[in-house]
Amino acid sequence: MNVRSQISMVFHLDKCIGCHTCSIACKNIWTDRKGTEYMWWNNVETKPGTGFPTKWEDQEKYRGGWELRDGKLVLKSTSKAKTVTNIFHNPSMPSMDDYYEPWTYKYDELFNAPEGSDQPTARPVSMVTGEYINVESGPNWDDDLGGSRIYAESDPNLKGLSEEQRQQLSAVERLVLFYFPRICNHCLNPSCVASCPSGALYKRGEDGIVLIDQKRCRGWRACVAACPYKKTFYNWSTGKSEKCVLCYPRLETGQAPACFHSCVGRIRYLGVLLYDADRLEEVAKLPDEQLIDGQRSLILDPHDPEVIAAARKNNIHDSVIESAQNSPVYKFVKEWKIALPPHIEYRTLPMLFYVPPMSPVMANRNDDTVSSVSDEFFHDIEQARVPLQFLANLFGAGHQGKLVYALKKQKAVRVYRRAKTVGDIPMKTAEAILREADCTVEEAERIYELTSLCTFEERFVIPPMHREEAIEMMKDPQEHKTAVGFGFMEPPERGL
Amino acid sequence: MFDVGPFLLDTVLFVVFPYVSLVLFLIVSIRRYRSESFTYSSLSSQFLENKHHFWGLVPFHYGIIVVLLGHVVAFLVPREILWWNSHPARLYILEGSAFMAALLSMVGLVSIIIRRITDRKVRMVTSVADWVIFGNFIVQILSGLSVAIFHSWGSSWFASLAVPYLWSLVTLTPDITYVTAMPWMVKLHIVSAYTMIAFAPFTRLVHILVVPNPYLWRKPQVVRWYGIRRKPKGSVAEPGAFADAAN
Repeated sequence: MNVRSQISMVFHLDKCIGCHTCSIACKNIWTDRKGTEYMWWNNVETKPGTGFPTKWEDQEKYRGGWELRDGKLVLKSTSKAKTVTNIFHNPSMPSMDDYYEPWTYKYDELFNAPEGSDQPTARPVSMVTGEYINVESGPNWDDDLGGSRIYAESDPNLKGLSEEQRQQLSAVERLVLFYFPRICNHCLNPSCVASCPSGALYKRGEDGIVLIDQKRCRGWRACVAACPYKKTFYNWSTGKSEKCVLCYPRLETGQAPACFHSCVGRIRYLGVLLYDADRLEEVAKLPDEQLIDGQRSLILDPHDPEVIAAARKNNIHDSVIESAQNSPVYKFVKEWKIALPPHIEYRTLPMLFYVPPMSPVMANRNDDTVSSVSDEFFHDIEQARVPLQFLANLFGAGHQGKLVYALKKQKAVRVYRRAKTVGDIPMKTAEAILREADCTVEEAERIYELTSLCTFEERFVIPPMHREEAIEMMKDPQEHKTAVGFGFMEPPERGL
Repeated sequence: MFDVGPFLLDTVLFVVFPYVSLVLFLIVSIRRYRSESFTYSSLSSQFLENKHHFWGLVPFHYGIIVVLLGHVVAFLVPREILWWNSHPARLYILEGSAFMAALLSMVGLVSIIIRRITDRKVRMVTSVADWVIFGNFIVQILSGLSVAIFHSWGSSWFASLAVPYLWSLVTLTPDITYVTAMPWMVKLHIVSAYTMIAFAPFTRLVHILVVPNPYLWRKPQVVRWYGIRRKPKGSVAEPGAFADAAN
């Protein structure tokens, strides 16, 4: 057992209201610089929809992630040989057209326009060239466009859905959508790291955050192509790639990342998971339907004395182990099994998990129209308005089993709480539904508490990062204290 | 007054200039790597324009690499080149393929320049230094091509006349007897090469020095630890694909 710690995340999609506050918080802190205007390290997508960059889940086009070839785990986009032959032109590299051309408005024209009979307008100008442009796409261009013929119907996750199910998704009376906020998954088997010709990308040993060393990055762009989630971005102005840093400077000072901190719906959870690094390769090679179980088996029980001993042997600080024991992520992923990894079939073992969304309740179909009168209070999840196969393509590598389990448990908790607080459902029925969903009353109460009543400290259990020990490696802490802030003297600008 | 005759000019161009450019190259490229490693790369514009990019960059790079390697090989083993050229058929093969490679790089360069002028986004990331490099390359490749056409057979006389001159520079006993007698087009080719060496460390050309060869033997995953003490003991030899890079 080779125990390592990883900062992991859970997004509770049933609570997401699609307000994009997270995206704005991130943009204001990290990507308001020249060359990064088009980047959204955090973005919120409407599902069904095409996402950002457009149709990023279509790996036939983007060639991201890993695949099993003759029992070997290989990158789809590159290899040692391909790094040599494709170094001058990366054939899997997306271009700005796949994202969008960032723009701003000529606001000064509102004030400087000559007096006339027309209302002055602020015309859009490109943030790359400064020229007037016609805005034709944007980072959330299909926001709320569930059911649209152009966007929602092009969602790669519709694969395997029947014609009837597809039509249902776009029929005006029945169309349904949910939100899908995304950041870097800080994967256990990151394809971006494995693809970097310069070795500039790395995973931090102590907390698993995946970063790009800006001084070692030579701009070969392999990571952009290799990340199946398209969460590494190329800065066209500095010629370097950049990605979500999980706000590590905030984490190191005990603060939640900006997108987590600002989340209005309080959908985000953050905590430490202990995992067994010895079994990573073995798990990443499992068949699709076993990947979720495999990843769960990597995650170790932080209360197990054997795990604690092995963690201590690996120099994991007691405070980090304690943090892992209080981790909300551990509860959602491992104990309750209601949080699932996105697209685990890409085999990067993402460490951001999603609680799948329940479809709208209190609605029933009546002669092709939706009526709010229902004979059953909470309809069966099989009749969910978002087809299960669609969610399974997103969160179950195409297999419904784990997804149905997670949804059933969520529904059972709702029924149970309804029985308890309103009382129009008999407690006997509620308990039967709980049993059927593999959930006890105590567990239901704890799921309810962590979902609905959770405080800031319960949602974000941030371990002490012990950066002071890193400094002790190099020099005297007192000496360092007088010199902090002077590590990177040059501005991120290019010379000639 | 100074005698600015052809002899002094030749000394300046073929003795002083190569040493100056080489020293400049070494000092500036090392200094820049140490103090401005952030800028040590080319500035790829593939992200801004992805289609035309292929038709310029790929022929140019493959062409120029073949031509450059040809010069280096002839510099290292001139006797073998002369032996190879002793047979007309082999000479034609060598000269023909070298010429094709140079032509390929020229076609690629023209394509690159057209792309830099016509694409409005790529224009934004094109600097004055880029244009100097383009100009330098045009002079370099065109002079090389015309030398190949008008002063045959270059591969043979390069091995027998130019290589001794270059070696005389390397051994710090400069001897420009052969060079002074060469046609002006050949001289232009040589001086243009020195110019490029002198200018390279200031420009995007430094990307040649950081070609990512370690990728060919490193393990796929990279993990960095704070320091040696915190790195797990006993698991330093990582299983399978997962490697720990040193700090």
